[in-house]
Amino acid sequence: MKKFDKERVLLGLAAPLLAIVVAFLVTALVLAATGKQPFSAFGIMFDYGSKSDSQVYILNKGTTYYLAGLAVAVGFRMNLFNIGVDGQYRLAAFFAAALGGALTLPGPLQIVMIILCAMIVGAMWAGIAGVLKVTRGVSEVVSTIMLNAIATAIIGYLLQVGRLGNLDQAGTKISTKPIPESAHFFEFPTTPAPVWGFIVVAIVAGIAFWFTLSRTRFGFDLRTVGQSGSAAEASGVNVKRMVVTSMLISGAMAGLIGMPTLLNDSYEYSGDFPVGIGFTGIAIALLGRNNPVGIALGALLWAFLERGSGQLEFQGYDKEIVGVIQGVIVLCVVIAYEVVRRYGLRRQQRQVGAKLAAQARNSDKQEVSA
Amino acid sequence: MTVTATSTPPPAAPQLSGGSGKGGRTRLSFPVILLLAAGALLALSTIRWIGTTLDLIPDAEAGNWWALTASGQITAALSMAVPIGLAGLGGLWAERAGVVNIGLEGMMILGTFFGAWAGWQTDPWLGVLAGVLGGMFGGLLHALATVTFGVDHIISGIAINILALGVTTYFAKLWFNSGEAAAKGGSPKQSPPADEITTVTVPGLSDWLNSIEIDKEGQRRFFVSDVAGFLGGLVTNLSLLTIVAVLLFVMTFVVLWKTSFGLRLRSCGENPIAAESLGVNVYKYKYIAVIVSGGMAGLGGAFLSLVTSHIYNEGQTGGRGYIGLAAMIFGNWRPGGLAMGAGLFGYADALQLRNGGSTVHVMLLLLVLVLLAIAGWKAYRKSWIQAGASAVIAVGVLLWFLSTDTVPVEFVAATPYVVTLLVLSLSAQRLRMPKADGMRYRKGQGK
Repeated sequence: MKKFDKERVLLGLAAPLLAIVVAFLVTALVLAATGKQPFSAFGIMFDYGSKSDSQVYILNKGTTYYLAGLAVAVGFRMNLFNIGVDGQYRLAAFFAAALGGALTLPGPLQIVMIILCAMIVGAMWAGIAGVLKVTRGVSEVVSTIMLNAIATAIIGYLLQVGRLGNLDQAGTKISTKPIPESAHFFEFPTTPAPVWGFIVVAIVAGIAFWFTLSRTRFGFDLRTVGQSGSAAEASGVNVKRMVVTSMLISGAMAGLIGMPTLLNDSYEYSGDFPVGIGFTGIAIALLGRNNPVGIALGALLWAFLERGSGQLEFQGYDKEIVGVIQGVIVLCVVIAYEVVRRYGLRRQQRQVGAKLAAQARNSDKQEVSA
Repeated sequence: MTVTATSTPPPAAPQLSGGSGKGGRTRLSFPVILLLAAGALLALSTIRWIGTTLDLIPDAEAGNWWALTASGQITAALSMAVPIGLAGLGGLWAERAGVVNIGLEGMMILGTFFGAWAGWQTDPWLGVLAGVLGGMFGGLLHALATVTFGVDHIISGIAINILALGVTTYFAKLWFNSGEAAAKGGSPKQSPPADEITTVTVPGLSDWLNSIEIDKEGQRRFFVSDVAGFLGGLVTNLSLLTIVAVLLFVMTFVVLWKTSFGLRLRSCGENPIAAESLGVNVYKYKYIAVIVSGGMAGLGGAFLSLVTSHIYNEGQTGGRGYIGLAAMIFGNWRPGGLAMGAGLFGYADALQLRNGGSTVHVMLLLLVLVLLAIAGWKAYRKSWIQAGASAVIAVGVLLWFLSTDTVPVEFVAATPYVVTLLVLSLSAQRLRMPKADGMRYRKGQGK
């Protein structure tokens, strides 16, 4: 029976906390070294980051980041490095936006179509890397990097007037045709600003992620492949099919990343659609240790840091310091997890050793007494 | 999995195969590379000859044909290839010692930043040094995470990319947007310009080749002009840093393959446990390799900010670290192949920058020829489906060529990536990476 191991939980929490503390210390040093007062900067960030409009911002931004973290984590769980989430979500959001602008269906149906389109495009784009890996032995790291660049080119080509692009009234911005109002996603009427309804989808995706990975045969197979491909193969798992399937799932999840912005905020894809969230997702998945709750915390932390640092600009600091904080957190957290993992392994070995020794002593005693 | 891809021996003397046909089994020795280059030039000349005699191209486009091998194009290609090649060389050092280095991009960013930072204030050569040191610092972090702490190599690399971007963005705003720097043209995303690094032209040789490329009547000749343009491009307006880069390639080959130090370093990438049993300090070699790797990537970055543009620009690397890694894999983890991969990428980059879509349009015809050659070869090997597929694609490309007169610039930008994907998917099974590449190694784990 699995016993609740308090020390293990503590160890699991210690690593990210340690990393965050180290990150703030390093940042404080950087700030101090560049002649700025570090602690008032953190004070400003926390004050501003906890205001109610900031909370709304953090939830909305966190929704996007959470989906990005999940998409990356699906691959990470089976040792697949889907660096291409970035290209997948941009391509998916672009085609979904184009489809949404072209269709006029009853609202809910259209929303479903848009989301499905995004998931399919994302899955297909990731699937290319999966298929190349299992049939041609191309490392998914390299192929997804190439696919990112190709996705950029495809969007650049299609997002032009006369193709799928549309010039706005001012004649300055090219975007896809705006999605009709009937197909906008619902919002929670909170004050001062609404919380995007897509947060519900993100939560559902998180629960689905948890359920699939820890409560289904498929999830078990996936984790087995991640731990040891040969062991999985020996126990009858079709590793190749697992690689392609999980790439498809990761890509479909990546397709969702652009949806909160598209269906709750911009309603069109243009040059200023957020970019680079795939890489943020990698950072968040690492921080949250590929665990749905951990990823949620990581996503909120990232959104909080970005919100808080925005205010720094008005107080004589540079908001770019957030990049330093985030970078140090990521590097520290991966090291901390590894140190903790190894310590946990040694501790387990010691415990098992002690238990076995105790058993041996007991049986010795029994033999003597018998 | 198709069997043909693995069992087909690579053609002995690849004539028309500009990008395919390099196998892991025929060693990419220097003569082979020369042969390939000559073959590619001959193919180009032939196509041009066919094109002009059959009147497939309008006269207005004829200039584009010559642009493919003009010495200016080759000079530009070389300078685009150097940063990619240096990044790839960095990857080569690390991976030969068994550490995958996807953090090359971040180390390159550090190189561009510190190169420009020291470069504009002092001497560009001090900038180069600072760029190398910046990259080495990134390498040290990567070594610390992967070797000492045993973090997964890809994860550590990504973390370094994120960190390098964050740090340089912050310090760029701090250092380039104030005081003297701002007065000299700095901004949050850009450094003030640095002095130029001397460029040299081989006297005599350059002029002589130029006169062969274009004779007194301003005419160019079949093949001769191509060769002269190609060689002329290699000896005209060379940055001294380019020469340094070429020497580094030679040095890497000598050090890694001809010295006992190199043998030990490579043994750490092939079988660290065996190396350890022979008394090699695996950690030390991995540290050296990864730090050198960072230094090479940093130099590539410094080249970008000091030679290519004289200033630091945010986002200047544009993924060249990743491309360098791809070029290294493309070159089968060997310096010769890597140089060729970097050359191809540099060539494509330069083509796009200098001439845009119309020149690349010409390349479509070359693609048709390559595809037809593949189709013929596959038909000869009796793999009819692949032969048919190649032929159909060839016809499709030919129709595309005939019905348009330019290629959209976005396609040009994507070409190197598509080519890499194609080449990798055609030849990945022939590539042989170091056996213990990317694996965690702990001291004493073999006991």
